[in-house]
Amino acid sequence: MSEYTPEELAEIRRRQKSRALVTALVLGALVILFYAISIAKML
Amino acid sequence: MASKAYPVATAAAAEWRDFIALTKPRVLSLVVFTGLCGLLAAPEAINPVLGFTAVLCIALGAGAAGALNQWYEADLDAMMARTSGRPLPAGRMDRQSALHFGVGLGVFSVILMGLAVNILAAAILAISILFYVVIYTIWLKRRTPQNIVIGGAAGAFPALIGWAAATGRVETLPVLLFALVFLWTPPHFWALALFINSDYARAGVPMLPAVAGQRATRIQIMLYSVPMAIAAVAPWAMGLTGALYGIGASLLSGFFLLLALRVGLSREKDQAMMKPERQLFAFSILYLFGVFALVVTDRLVMA
Repeated sequence: MSEYTPEELAEIRRRQKSRALVTALVLGALVILFYAISIAKML
Repeated sequence: MASKAYPVATAAAAEWRDFIALTKPRVLSLVVFTGLCGLLAAPEAINPVLGFTAVLCIALGAGAAGALNQWYEADLDAMMARTSGRPLPAGRMDRQSALHFGVGLGVFSVILMGLAVNILAAAILAISILFYVVIYTIWLKRRTPQNIVIGGAAGAFPALIGWAAATGRVETLPVLLFALVFLWTPPHFWALALFINSDYARAGVPMLPAVAGQRATRIQIMLYSVPMAIAAVAPWAMGLTGALYGIGASLLSGFFLLLALRVGLSREKDQAMMKPERQLFAFSILYLFGVFALVVTDRLVMA
């Protein structure tokens, strides 16, 4: 049985979702940065 | 470390904003500015993408140091009104998440700096993070009233890193900029410590005004301001910058010394009446931004 109430569980899921979204955005930004660095190092 | 006197959070509790708060974003502005100035003041141009990456790494490294500082000092932060709302003492994040985030961010910033920019800049970045976390936070902050002096060295590294990122070398000018920030930090913080009610003493941190008294603090402010002003004017005296910097830095430093002298000679005990102390603190921020902006402007004019 879960140790959280449905409300607590919903709040935890909401926070996990927002963290996952921010992590995805950061990873996307890093992909662009690494691509730009690779091009800059070749110049 | 003292026992945990704050709510213990679960790993799932922290929001992404709490991780941002862990990096001390307000401190980052000065770090990014001095790092950028060190980079722009260097005689060699750097590719804009690599320059951006260098400043980003400086910011990430400083953020990692801030996160590890908050990880170690959660018990202390819980005892002070100013810091009790931080993610760890407020119970919004568990300590392990803060530790993992800080170590991960620090290692990432150093590796990225090493691969994208150069090894020297990465090495100084690693030293600055370790200095702030190990030497300042863990070792000396709770042991000596000169803790602010040691902490100042950590804040002085970004200009050196910025210069090393652009040139791959450490030279006299960035070392003088390092000395300037290092010597500027004590008068800046002690002026603040004189006119605000800090609860550092209750938390067991030996801040100078609480340990040595106001008179000794005022004398120390004057004593540190003199070599600080010398470090600020030295680049011009040594022919490393032009007259624009020399005149500007001399005027700014002269005014700083004047304010420091007023603070040093004052015997005011009532914090509400400490106008010179407030003026010195406010001007000290403007001073540092002004001197660094002058270094860059002077370089651009000379070029």
